[in-house]
Amino acid sequence: MDARTGGNAAFVAFEHVQKSYDGENLVVKDLNLSIAKGEFLTMLGPSGSGKTTCLMMLAGFETATHGEIKLNGRPINRIPPHKRGIGMVFQNYALFPHMTVAENLAFPLEVRGLGKSERDAKVKRALDMVQMGAFGGRRPAQMSGGQQQRVALARALVFEPELVLMDEPLGALDKQLREHMQFEITRLAHHLGITTVYVTHDQTEALTMSDNIAVFNDGRIQQLAPPAVLYEEPTNSFVAQFIGENNTLLGVVQEIRGDVAVVRLDDGELIDAKPVNVSRAGERTRVSIRPERVEFNKARLQPGAHTLKAEVLEFIYMGDIFRTRLRVAGNDDFVVKTRNAPDQKRLQPGQQIEIGWLPSDCRALDA
Amino acid sequence: MSDTTQASPMKAADGTPLKKSLTRALRRQKLRALALIAPLLIFVLFTFILPIADMLFRSVENQIVGDTLPNTVQALKAWDQASDEAPGEQVFRALSVDLQVAAELKQHTRLGTRLNYENPGVSSLFRSSGRGADKIGKDFQDRLVELDPAWKEGETWATIFGTDEWLAAEAAWDADRAGKQPAFRMRDGIDEALPLTAHAYQVFVKDVQGAGKNPATTKPWRVFYDALSQDLGANPDPASAALPSAQATLIAATSTAIAGDSFSYKDAFLDMDTGWGAVSTWETIKAYSAPYTAGYFLNAVDLEKGADGIAVRPPEERIYIKLFARTMWMSLLITVSCLVLGYPVAWLLANLRASTSNLLMILVLLPFWTSLLVRTSAWKVLLQQQGVINDILVWLRIVDDGNRLVMINNQMGTIIAMTHILLPFMILPLYSVMKTVPPTYLRAARSLGATPWTAFWRVYFPQSVPGIGAGSILVFILAIGYYITPELVGGTQGVFISNRIAFHISSSLNWGLAAALGAILLGVVLLLYYTYDKIVGIDNVKLG
Repeated sequence: MDARTGGNAAFVAFEHVQKSYDGENLVVKDLNLSIAKGEFLTMLGPSGSGKTTCLMMLAGFETATHGEIKLNGRPINRIPPHKRGIGMVFQNYALFPHMTVAENLAFPLEVRGLGKSERDAKVKRALDMVQMGAFGGRRPAQMSGGQQQRVALARALVFEPELVLMDEPLGALDKQLREHMQFEITRLAHHLGITTVYVTHDQTEALTMSDNIAVFNDGRIQQLAPPAVLYEEPTNSFVAQFIGENNTLLGVVQEIRGDVAVVRLDDGELIDAKPVNVSRAGERTRVSIRPERVEFNKARLQPGAHTLKAEVLEFIYMGDIFRTRLRVAGNDDFVVKTRNAPDQKRLQPGQQIEIGWLPSDCRALDA
Repeated sequence: MSDTTQASPMKAADGTPLKKSLTRALRRQKLRALALIAPLLIFVLFTFILPIADMLFRSVENQIVGDTLPNTVQALKAWDQASDEAPGEQVFRALSVDLQVAAELKQHTRLGTRLNYENPGVSSLFRSSGRGADKIGKDFQDRLVELDPAWKEGETWATIFGTDEWLAAEAAWDADRAGKQPAFRMRDGIDEALPLTAHAYQVFVKDVQGAGKNPATTKPWRVFYDALSQDLGANPDPASAALPSAQATLIAATSTAIAGDSFSYKDAFLDMDTGWGAVSTWETIKAYSAPYTAGYFLNAVDLEKGADGIAVRPPEERIYIKLFARTMWMSLLITVSCLVLGYPVAWLLANLRASTSNLLMILVLLPFWTSLLVRTSAWKVLLQQQGVINDILVWLRIVDDGNRLVMINNQMGTIIAMTHILLPFMILPLYSVMKTVPPTYLRAARSLGATPWTAFWRVYFPQSVPGIGAGSILVFILAIGYYITPELVGGTQGVFISNRIAFHISSSLNWGLAAALGAILLGVVLLLYYTYDKIVGIDNVKLG
């Protein structure tokens, strides 16, 4: 109710949160984050970036060294984990091995003092929800990883929390199952209207599941944006390199004219780029271009587009796409991805070609 | 044979059945494994398992009575103990011969000691009667030697009982004394004609030959005269044996001469010691005449074999049941206190940072590096009435100087010292199990709404049960057989059954009873183990 009356007020809010384990280093540095009700937010980042610590602070297993965490407008720093009413799915499921699946699911209801019949009904509903209705009598050890994952999910949802935290829940599954579960988790989350905070280091997972992604590095949120924005418009070179594949060229900003920055690459060539993280001439910059936005078919390039000379080093056939490695402006790891289409050219190693791209796809970021 | 059908057994590439091939391949592995454990296996077998089996055998073994008093045991069969009277002359006759033989072999005191376990006082009866029986033998000897001095010679006896070939062989051996003595061959029919004497002579030859002497030239035992008199009394004309004429004549003459003699063995023995007139003495001998006996076991559970079957011992002699119960009860208390003290420590060990938990682990293991005796003695210093703890309590005025606490030489001392000593055996299995329980379970439980206590009790504790089981079984079994610590700090009230076993092994030398007590203790432990397996399941026990 409070959330509704509060209008746009965040359902979960981190305000200037800091965390240190040893009193010398900050694992989380001045974190500010708000999550709307019903939102699916993913915390993405390399290991040691502070994302799991943030999740644990939200769950109540770690205390913030400084700052305030609010749930539904209420500070929760001093509320112990069992009174927060937050559902949680753990990395290795953490299903209690000495209880059956049904007992595992009944546990949160039991500690809340629900009657037997009510418990049974809720357990059944939760199990049906994850298509595990027939497994109530099994022990966790008698099930596959995917099945355990479903049960863990059902257990986190069975007491109808408004907020569910997931700590790399799909890490232990194989690729196919993982993709299937990604879909299922998002479907459930949206269907039930619960707010979800999801931690992962797998960017594909983050991109496919989330409403918003917070990219963590070095204890800070580097960028908080919906998946498409994050991929196409990274605001710094860490995000650009962490999300998806990325080609980078180093250079110095020659001049900035409106939304075009002229960059002199280290080998002397001049290219146009979109200034994102640069503000003045003379600044060092890292220019970033996605492999699939590079074009070497001159006919498809816009007239007047700037081109660069390139030498083909390697051609890799990957089925749906071709991956070609080029040497561009002294960079041996410049990758181009092209769709496997009937008219698509297959480049040969040693071939000299010219490549180009739209200036708007070429982002001048911090060096 | 390459086209094997589904029904026929699988074959290896060379056509032999797959099963056989597999067995052959595995046999080498098995042999190698066996070779690896063989040294230890052999060592354990000869130094541990066989001695234990021998010890356990002693708990039922009772051949000493039948071996030492063969004729008496035989004669006693006819005795009716319900008559409430000592047995008749026949039994005393047999006793006279048996006792003299036993006295020659110095066996009668051992028998006395054995029977003394069952009937205190019998020991001195046998000791004194050994001398008395010898006196009887001397009287018979005097009588016979007076009749014919030939009876004095070993030669005479050897000729009567040994075959001519044996006598010749024995004489030949005696000449150069090289190699083994010829085995004794009894003259045909003589053991039927003179059974008592023949038996005694056989024992004599065995003993004399064992000492490396020639029976034909050794001074005869006095028992021969007694036995021969008895044999001739029963069978005055033992002509059936084909004796050389000289000996036949000698025996015939002797038989005629002593025909009128009369001698009451019973009176003689009663003169020696009135104990021989007591029915209880004879009851004991009769009850323990079988080669195997349940007597030690009965004794070990405070029962005895009375005149009318098995009966409970008088209250003042009942000690073992009480001692067993005390051992169990105190071991249980020690196990529980180890668990209560050890569980939190194990939890800390499993959940602290590695560096801190390593330090703690060293503290836990520290007692292992100190001698058991040192630790026990340290407790003596701490716990005694003028000891450190009492001094501190008095100094703090918690305890009055006149009422210092008695914490040692009683059950409390044993429980305190043994809890300390056995604590690592509880902590280590607990730790190894707790180490495998990820802390996420507790977090998961709390995130699901459980209070810290509920999370512990419903989620963590059940998963640590295998460790509790392993630790408890280990501590309990170790405690139940503990000896040194109760001996040193237990006083009279805090000793265990093992102290009693040690007493019987080293002081009272009643090894049979010690073996029976040990066997019962072993049985109790196995029974507990079995019960535990049925209730908890031994698969649930993790020791590491």
